[in-house]
Amino acid sequence: MPKDQSIGEALRARGISRRGFLKFCAATASLMALPPSMVPIIAQALERARRPSVIWLSFQECTGCTESLTRSHSPTVEGLIFDTISLDYHHTLQAASGAAAEAARAAAMQENWGNYILVVDGSIPVGDPGYSTIAGISNMDMLLETAAGAAAIVSVGSCAAFGGIPHANPNPTGALSVAAFIREYGNRTPNTFAADAAAQAAHTDISSKPIINVSGCPPIPVVITGVLAHFLTFGKIPDLDSLGRPLAFYGQSIHDRCYRRPFYDKGLFANTFDDEGAKKGWCLYKLGCKGPTTYNACATTKWNDGTSFPIQSGHPCLGCSEPDFWDGGGFYKAISTPTGDISRTAVYAIGAGAAAGVALGALNRAKRTRLQQTHSKVGIDDLDKGG
Amino acid sequence: MQIHTEDSCQATPGSVATGNVGPLLHEVRHAVQELLASGAESVIDLRAIPLGPGEEERIAETLGRGEVQVRLSALGPSEIFETRYPGVWMSLHRNQDGEVIGRYIEVCMVPPLVRSQQEDIRVGLQALDSRLQE
Repeated sequence: MPKDQSIGEALRARGISRRGFLKFCAATASLMALPPSMVPIIAQALERARRPSVIWLSFQECTGCTESLTRSHSPTVEGLIFDTISLDYHHTLQAASGAAAEAARAAAMQENWGNYILVVDGSIPVGDPGYSTIAGISNMDMLLETAAGAAAIVSVGSCAAFGGIPHANPNPTGALSVAAFIREYGNRTPNTFAADAAAQAAHTDISSKPIINVSGCPPIPVVITGVLAHFLTFGKIPDLDSLGRPLAFYGQSIHDRCYRRPFYDKGLFANTFDDEGAKKGWCLYKLGCKGPTTYNACATTKWNDGTSFPIQSGHPCLGCSEPDFWDGGGFYKAISTPTGDISRTAVYAIGAGAAAGVALGALNRAKRTRLQQTHSKVGIDDLDKGG
Repeated sequence: MQIHTEDSCQATPGSVATGNVGPLLHEVRHAVQELLASGAESVIDLRAIPLGPGEEERIAETLGRGEVQVRLSALGPSEIFETRYPGVWMSLHRNQDGEVIGRYIEVCMVPPLVRSQQEDIRVGLQALDSRLQE
């Protein structure tokens, strides 16, 4: 597929009619969580958009994020979007290896300097860079080199976005997320440029590069491609939340969009995985569901081509799209269960002249209040406007 | 259109209710009023609304099927039909593997995807020209 083709041309070259293209745009709007009224605008923008060069770097990761995207059955919408980008480097997927693969990366960077999208999955070990290298290049150096010419960086998966499992206590490799690494080391020159004065001089500080976090372990495939589609459609990064995640997908909690939410509101919970509540599909909060504190699109976008998501399958949400979910204090403990140091809380309480129980009660109340504040019920009156 | 606003906690196993079916059908009613009053067309993306198992089927049952049914074959099969309420269409789009990629309620005179598209007409005219010159 020629690199200078527009996306519309690329799809037409595959024999896709205008109707098919509009259907593709409608599905793209849906996956970008945009209203259907945006379809004509998306169609117009995608028709003209050039295929962007994408460089995908995989660091301390399990390849689950790549699997999430590529295991979806072709030709899905996400598959089509993935096909229309020019994926110039991805060491798991590309045929080339070693020096040839690195030459492809260098060529793509040179040809598209300032315009390519850099996708990173995996965290970066800074304790000892030798924990993870590619073609003899440390993850630190490869990221510093490649990020310098990127238009934007997309951190795919919780490892790249927040450090993920490699970052879990005791973090033996000194793993950092992409954003944390760039914040701390972004002004450094890569060691790979040590013998090259010209490269050193040309290297730029990457501290201010825009970073989009697409968290999840793994992220939902359509969320990955939704971010790419947004960039293709609007030529800029989407609106982000305080953790750098696209608001379109991470703007609401799993809990707020969960079909079991009415049971939570009525206080109807499953207490075990096989009791009456579990059989009736009641809320999994008491079984450790992290839905109230987890922001992601699982409850509406769902998994396996929209078939289901963990809560619909009867399992509590693990909160995998939140920072440090691995160290959250137990997957099957309700979030009202204190995860902090209880003995220390008790000591403070006694020191303040209060009973330990009061302090713990206050801790739980504070958590409950925070949860209540984030809830907003949408009732029939809210929708029944102007009738 | 009679709308039942069920008690969300009366659900039986296999038919968990979110309470969203009633509001959504009211939204459709408002959209039909708008279509009549101003000609404004609207689309509701059913995948953007939390619905429990069985609720989409309840919406489909309530809306029923009307006089017009269209089958498209463009980037996979699509089924578009007018419901028993004129102006309310349901569309289900699948990819070439038969997986659902979009499910919408469209409130309009004719869903835009059903109309012939200018670009396709142009290509079709060229093809017809070539055929007649053979």
